[in-house]
Amino acid sequence: MSDSHNATRARLPRGRSLWSDGLRRLRRRKLAMACFVVVLIYFSLAGFIYLAELFDWRIGPTLWAEQVGESYAPPSSENILGTDIFGQSVCRKMLYGTKISITVALCASFISIAIGVPLGAIAGYFRGIADEIIVWIYSTLSSVPYILLILAFAVVLRDKTIFGYRLTGITAVYLAIGLTSWVGICRLIRGEIIKHKGRDYVLAAMSYGCSERRIIFKHLIPNVFHLIIIDFSLRFVAFIHAEVILSFLGLGEADRPSWGAMINDARIELSRGVWWQMAAATAAIFFISLSLNIFGDALRDSLDPKLRIQ
Amino acid sequence: MTAYIIRRLLYTIPIVFGVLLLTFVLFTLVGGDISIEIAGKGATQETIDEIREEYGLNKPIFLAWDSQFINHFKSALTFDFGRARDREPIIEKIKRGVGPSLALTVPMFFGVVIISVSLALVVAFVRGSVWDTLAVFICVAGMSVPYLSFILLGQYFLAYKWGIFPVFFSPDLTMAQYVALPVLIGIVAGLGGNLRFYRTVMLDEMQSDYVRTAFAKGLDTTRVLFKHVLKNAMIPIITRVVLAIPFLFLGSLLLERFFGIPGLGYLMIEAISSRDYFVINAMTYISAILFVVFNLITDICYSLVDPRISFE
Repeated sequence: MSDSHNATRARLPRGRSLWSDGLRRLRRRKLAMACFVVVLIYFSLAGFIYLAELFDWRIGPTLWAEQVGESYAPPSSENILGTDIFGQSVCRKMLYGTKISITVALCASFISIAIGVPLGAIAGYFRGIADEIIVWIYSTLSSVPYILLILAFAVVLRDKTIFGYRLTGITAVYLAIGLTSWVGICRLIRGEIIKHKGRDYVLAAMSYGCSERRIIFKHLIPNVFHLIIIDFSLRFVAFIHAEVILSFLGLGEADRPSWGAMINDARIELSRGVWWQMAAATAAIFFISLSLNIFGDALRDSLDPKLRIQ
Repeated sequence: MTAYIIRRLLYTIPIVFGVLLLTFVLFTLVGGDISIEIAGKGATQETIDEIREEYGLNKPIFLAWDSQFINHFKSALTFDFGRARDREPIIEKIKRGVGPSLALTVPMFFGVVIISVSLALVVAFVRGSVWDTLAVFICVAGMSVPYLSFILLGQYFLAYKWGIFPVFFSPDLTMAQYVALPVLIGIVAGLGGNLRFYRTVMLDEMQSDYVRTAFAKGLDTTRVLFKHVLKNAMIPIITRVVLAIPFLFLGSLLLERFFGIPGLGYLMIEAISSRDYFVINAMTYISAILFVVFNLITDICYSLVDPRISFE
């Protein structure tokens, strides 16, 4: 009896979890993995600049303010990407801009997940009056055009002192993006939770007396978590582009270089034939956006083959 | 049916209320008293008091008939938003800006839709081939280039360097002249994302049973594509198009700034740089109202056209 049982067991292939299955499928896509490496490079660059600033290392990106040549020197072997009006290295500014963009996009992601996921879960699980209120809040927010909403938040929050903390530069930017961008994820999670609530595993958890908090956070959210990851790998690009537009409009970081500010400088420079600042910022944005787009699509196809675009 | 329309109408009330509440919290509670900022540096207390009086900033915030809260609602419901920094009534400024903004966004939007839907049909036709992969890759690459770079490069090469279009808005140009280049840039920049979306829509349709039937009974590909697939794909396309229409009134923030077109986007940029909360408030409210109205119209039209929609 026990022998035959073991024999059946040996014949059965070992089960794979959603995550290991998804990762296995993802690894087979060489292009997506290459893009993932590019994204990792951007992230580690941003992390490295944080470390360098913390320990005061005197390396390229932290010394962006240094004058390395004459004004508007074209790209040469000395300054790979040329210099700007103050003779500062465009290459250093571009590298430093990575830190600003990644910080803004990461913080905005965390804020919108922290708001959107619990609200979506509560609305989907409890329904009733809580659902009505949450749906009302996000319907209200989504009836204002996205870019207008971000701009309104950014303008109002800029240089405000809230609880004794002054919101300068990028703090106001990621707050504005985060506080306005949770609607999509909230809607997604709400819909999924409504679908999952009737499933057997949730009924089982209810029947053996799990608390509601436990069901939501230990059972339901882990089962829809891959959707959050997919959503944000694609939304991250939008956050980076939003930061660029806000910086360009003068609502972003004022004292330190950012990609949006570089493009704003280029607006005047281009007519003088100074193209390198523009090219550097565009290339920096292009490569991370392209990598994130391709990687996000591959991630979606690997983790949830049924999900389609939008 | 009538009950459905009435219910749908009533449902817009909490949304409009929500938008008013949002703008009140944002611009009055968080934004706070900006009279000192309006008065400028070195203004006397009297000037500041006058400004407070004019904008009603000296009134209580809640809990009075004449409070800022009630006045916020009153001004929004009567579309009387007061005056901008240059003393012109805000509503006049908005009325003036709608024309140039629509002249820019309407051709741009329909250009993008028509071109990307036709291209999507072609791409769906050659699905799975090298051309399909190439098209998707170009779309993703196009989506990754920042919008600002599209504008800057277009303006630099097509207008400044090669002189095909005027570089900047000037009053003596006809509308078609100053709008041509921004429209072109907008179409090119918007093509990537749209083509990819419509391609997915078309591919979904291509896998339906009726397409197989149409091929099986011997119809040629052109007929299947344009007579069967396109018609059925129209439903998601129209939904997307109709919901985008209210946003056309906003104009294009960045294009208008680069080309100096005096539309609503330009007005918004000016308001941002001078921190004129009243203009931003009016723009936010009006665009939200437009969105709500168009949403309402779409839903009612659907319920009239599509018998499958239930009136629950």
